[in-house]
Amino acid sequence: MARISTLPSRLAALGILLTVLLGGALAAHAQDARDFDALVAGLNAKSFKAKIKAVDVLAASGHERAAEVLTVFLGGKLFARRSDGRIFMTERSGGVYLLTDAVTGADAGQASGKKLRKVRLNNRVRVAIRTALGGLTLLSPDPAKRSAAADAVFKSPNAGFLPTLEAAIARETVEKIKIKLTMTRAAVRLKTGKTDEIKLAAIGTLSDLATPASRALLAGVVHAEGGNAISEAAAEALADIERKLAFWNAVGNIFQGLSLGSVLLLAAVGLAITFGVMGVINMAHGELVMLGAYTTFVIQEIFRTHFPGLFDWSIIVALPCAFAVSGAFGIAIERGIIRYLYGRPLETLLATWGLSLILQQLVRSIFGPTNREVGSPSWMSGSMEIAGGFVLTFNRAWIILFSLLVLAALIVVFKKTAFGLQMRAVTQNRAMAGSMGIRTGWVDAMTFGLGAGIAGVAGVALSQIDNVSPNLGQAYIIDSFMVVVFGGVGNLWGTLVGAFTLGVVNKFLEPFAGAVLAKILVLVVIILFIQKRPRGLFALRGRAVEN
Amino acid sequence: MAMVQATMRPLGEVDNDSILYLDGVSVSFDGFKALNNLSFVVDPGELRAIIGPNGAGKTTMMDVVTGKTRPDEGRVEFNGGIDLTKLDEARIANLGIGRKFQKPTVFEFHTVFRNLELALKGYRGVLDSLLFRRGDDQQARIEEVLETIALTRAADMEAGSLSHGQKQWLEIGMLLMQDPELLLVDEPAAGMTDAETEQTAVLLKRIAGRRSVVVVEHDMEFVKALDCRVTVLHEGSVLAEGSLERVQADEQVVEVYLGR
Amino acid sequence: MNRAVPQRRSGFSFLLTDRGGQILLSVLLVLIIAVPVLNLWVPESSPFHVPTFVVSLLGKYLAFALLALSVDLIWGFAGILSLGHGAFFALGGYAMGMHLMREIGDRGVYGNPILPDFMVFLNWKELPWYWFGFDMFWFAMLMVVVVPGALAFLFGWLAFRSRVTGVYLSIITQALTFALMLAFFRNDMGFGGNNGLTDFKDVLGFNLQSDATRVGLFVATALLLALSYALCRLIVTSRLGSVLVAIRDAESRTRFLGYRVEHYQLFVFTVSAALAGIAGALYVPQVGIINPSEFTPANSIEIVIWVAIGGRGTLYGAVLGAVIVNFAKTYLTGAFPDIWLYFLGAMFVLVTIFLPKGLVGTLPAFPSLSRKSAAKPRHVSPGARPVRQAAPGE
Repeated sequence: MARISTLPSRLAALGILLTVLLGGALAAHAQDARDFDALVAGLNAKSFKAKIKAVDVLAASGHERAAEVLTVFLGGKLFARRSDGRIFMTERSGGVYLLTDAVTGADAGQASGKKLRKVRLNNRVRVAIRTALGGLTLLSPDPAKRSAAADAVFKSPNAGFLPTLEAAIARETVEKIKIKLTMTRAAVRLKTGKTDEIKLAAIGTLSDLATPASRALLAGVVHAEGGNAISEAAAEALADIERKLAFWNAVGNIFQGLSLGSVLLLAAVGLAITFGVMGVINMAHGELVMLGAYTTFVIQEIFRTHFPGLFDWSIIVALPCAFAVSGAFGIAIERGIIRYLYGRPLETLLATWGLSLILQQLVRSIFGPTNREVGSPSWMSGSMEIAGGFVLTFNRAWIILFSLLVLAALIVVFKKTAFGLQMRAVTQNRAMAGSMGIRTGWVDAMTFGLGAGIAGVAGVALSQIDNVSPNLGQAYIIDSFMVVVFGGVGNLWGTLVGAFTLGVVNKFLEPFAGAVLAKILVLVVIILFIQKRPRGLFALRGRAVEN
Repeated sequence: MAMVQATMRPLGEVDNDSILYLDGVSVSFDGFKALNNLSFVVDPGELRAIIGPNGAGKTTMMDVVTGKTRPDEGRVEFNGGIDLTKLDEARIANLGIGRKFQKPTVFEFHTVFRNLELALKGYRGVLDSLLFRRGDDQQARIEEVLETIALTRAADMEAGSLSHGQKQWLEIGMLLMQDPELLLVDEPAAGMTDAETEQTAVLLKRIAGRRSVVVVEHDMEFVKALDCRVTVLHEGSVLAEGSLERVQADEQVVEVYLGR
Repeated sequence: MNRAVPQRRSGFSFLLTDRGGQILLSVLLVLIIAVPVLNLWVPESSPFHVPTFVVSLLGKYLAFALLALSVDLIWGFAGILSLGHGAFFALGGYAMGMHLMREIGDRGVYGNPILPDFMVFLNWKELPWYWFGFDMFWFAMLMVVVVPGALAFLFGWLAFRSRVTGVYLSIITQALTFALMLAFFRNDMGFGGNNGLTDFKDVLGFNLQSDATRVGLFVATALLLALSYALCRLIVTSRLGSVLVAIRDAESRTRFLGYRVEHYQLFVFTVSAALAGIAGALYVPQVGIINPSEFTPANSIEIVIWVAIGGRGTLYGAVLGAVIVNFAKTYLTGAFPDIWLYFLGAMFVLVTIFLPKGLVGTLPAFPSLSRKSAAKPRHVSPGARPVRQAAPGE
């Protein structure tokens, strides 16, 4: 019975759609308005069945005002004027109703409640409206809305959408949304198709789309149909989708892991220099990172107030500034404190820890204890869904790239520059380097400054994904030491591998153990790992025989 | 194969008499072969000098014997068949092998007396040392060694304030306190005056006989003064062995030392 | 012979050979007698009356002093710098807290006779297995020592066996306490999560709010501090202590003498952790709460500065440092809250550079004390020379 009753409505919708499609461009605005007039009037039909029909037809028209009218209708604020039956959208204000013409959207003055009669609706009408609203946005001029509508319809496929879908597919110009709409149409056909052929074809189409939604849909079909050709085809397609989803899930985990790893790498690579190369335990390293982040904040404030048009460039300007600020602090720390403590690593650790407390409090006194807002330039914001629920966020991708660039730049400095040569010379044999005319004190200061400057640059990157607060550095210091110790002290490659390994392992553990437990597990694993290889993954000298 | 078997047997018999026995020992670090198929034997009571240019593997050899470094291959046996390659430093030390480092290493914040007391044989366990009370014979033993190394007057000085040569002697004294069967002594004469060097040679000769002593040294005068069998190491294996005159006459040895 | 042969020790000479320690023990004795009198029997109107909050504050300082003592035992004498000793302190504190929670009984907000309030709140139906036994005081006191000790033993066994020492050890001890902090913040760990354990009522049936109980806790703390000091002193003046200093100054020399360095390190690390646990157990009833923030790495590092300021390797210096710094903390965080971190930070920097021997080794009043302690062993000259560490990459 229900099916038969919807048939005419569908035919009607189709008819109107054809009119819209064929005449869309040519139809005069007046003509359009008159048609719409009739459609809106249909909402006030006598029977609910007719109302439902009218809702469907109105939605299928794709008229720009259809969504608003239906929304108001759903809210129970659609009234008909007793005198002429004209439909108004109303807003109660004191004792009177403010009227807006439903067809034109024009202000229509006010009227007392006595002159109006509510356009009545029941639950079945409400359901119809909700469904219709879902379909309506399929034709929205905004691509994002169309995409969202397609997802919504996909989740609750309903034959009523088919005409709208067809229309939307025909109109669609964005390739990705078109694919999505086609998939949605397949989902509707699978759910409501009359013949096995239609359903099988739909399954074929759907199996190309690996999303959690398509998995749920096909799983439902397998469950419901049970044992026939369609369920077999669906099961096959489902297995295919499962594989693809597992793959993309892994890709997503790896990306998340690399992203975390790149953050760790940025935070740790400066340490790899000061701890790895110089043997200095700098517990204030995290605070140098924090200074870099605050430098970014200051630079952005300057851009905001003085050159708002160039805001996108602020972060580029912040990079050298942060390097300079943190580097200068680093040199001051080395000359002022650390040089008196060479050869006393534990004392160095304590002194720099004290320094980190001072720096934190200093920043807290100047900028306040709360988080500071650092914006992202437009070219770093946004994201892209690649496939299978895997979303690539641009700022994360940029930071991965950036961390690798920083590492590459450092390696070049170490291997290819005169400074790098002097640095390595001082590390290997201070006395000899000194007697050959290298100013070892200067090299120490510059090396430490370099490590500190890198920390500042890391701070710029971290300001894009983390809260800029006085505690920023504390959050990373233990992790960064873990990376350096895990990767092997004095080896930049070790730091790279260590950072990304820890990042990826952490992200793969998270789904099973939860974020906190994953972190604990990683710490425990590192503690155990250090027992096995006290000198880390890439020990400077391969004296494995010693252990 | 026949060769190998032929050499294995007799060496195996030598085992029982030898105090230290190295056979085919190789160690490499990052592809660099520090020891390359090194074999030699030290007899009980023997004083042996080991010489060789820098990087010949002298210190690595000591590391292997004392358990600091594990050999990649080869046999290291002590006192007639105890396999040293599986043991750690402490076990090996307690078996009766004492080692003096190249750089004199004493406990600088302890007195000379306390340094010797710590080296006293036995009482190595945690509880033993917690409950340790010095007995009269132990006191006497420490005083005896203090005499031997001529540090009686310095007994209450902190070891850190001793001269370089005195530290060397203190370290040798600590070896004596351990009462080892084999002493490995790395460059005992380094940084000593001529007179001290001479006294050291006399001391080591006196120690040998009751114990075996292996001395690694650069100073040819000192080696001459030791007047003992000399083993020349080069690139991780034995280049020559015999009396000092003999090895000094050896063409290969001359080439290694002078040709560099 | 014209030299002084070191005398053999007998009886309690190990306590009497060191002036700083004598002063410490005397001060503790005076406190044990004077504080109860001045609090309980001197009327409040008298200027000599010591208010109860001061008693508890002093008790807290002494608990911290015991913690500092435990750190000095390993850092000053064995060269093991633990940046995770706060973890052992907190574990001891939690063990005590668990007992105090059980002692609340049905007087909690929810009136459950077995389950602590936070478990009722989380809808737990029964007590987790690891809470069993904590209703018995003796068991809880055992756990105060055993839990930190066992963790230190396990951790130390792994670390020292693999010869993880120096800064590496410092870093992983820090990771240890960090991991524990994360764990204890979790509600499903069963230790009250974020809020920890609090709202205690009694200890051994005595009301925790009463003056007499407070004084009792103070006396217990002072006594245990004195006993712990004696224990540490016994250790460091024995041959064992000499071996520890030997390990600190020349680890491989000690090894080649035939000492199993890792056993010694493990022993002293475990003893130290147990002492830290006791300190935590004394601390908790006096401040009335234990929560996961005690595990923060920053707390553990702060302990080290107490020791450094007082003078490491002297034992009594650690006690002095803990009391001075914590007194300064109480005063500064009250009077000038913004200054405190500057002050603490500056302490770290200045002490390591200008006061490597700490107060007891530097102040004009003290060197004579340490120099006059002529009896053997003169085990340390704290910080006069760096403790030997394998430099990274070496």
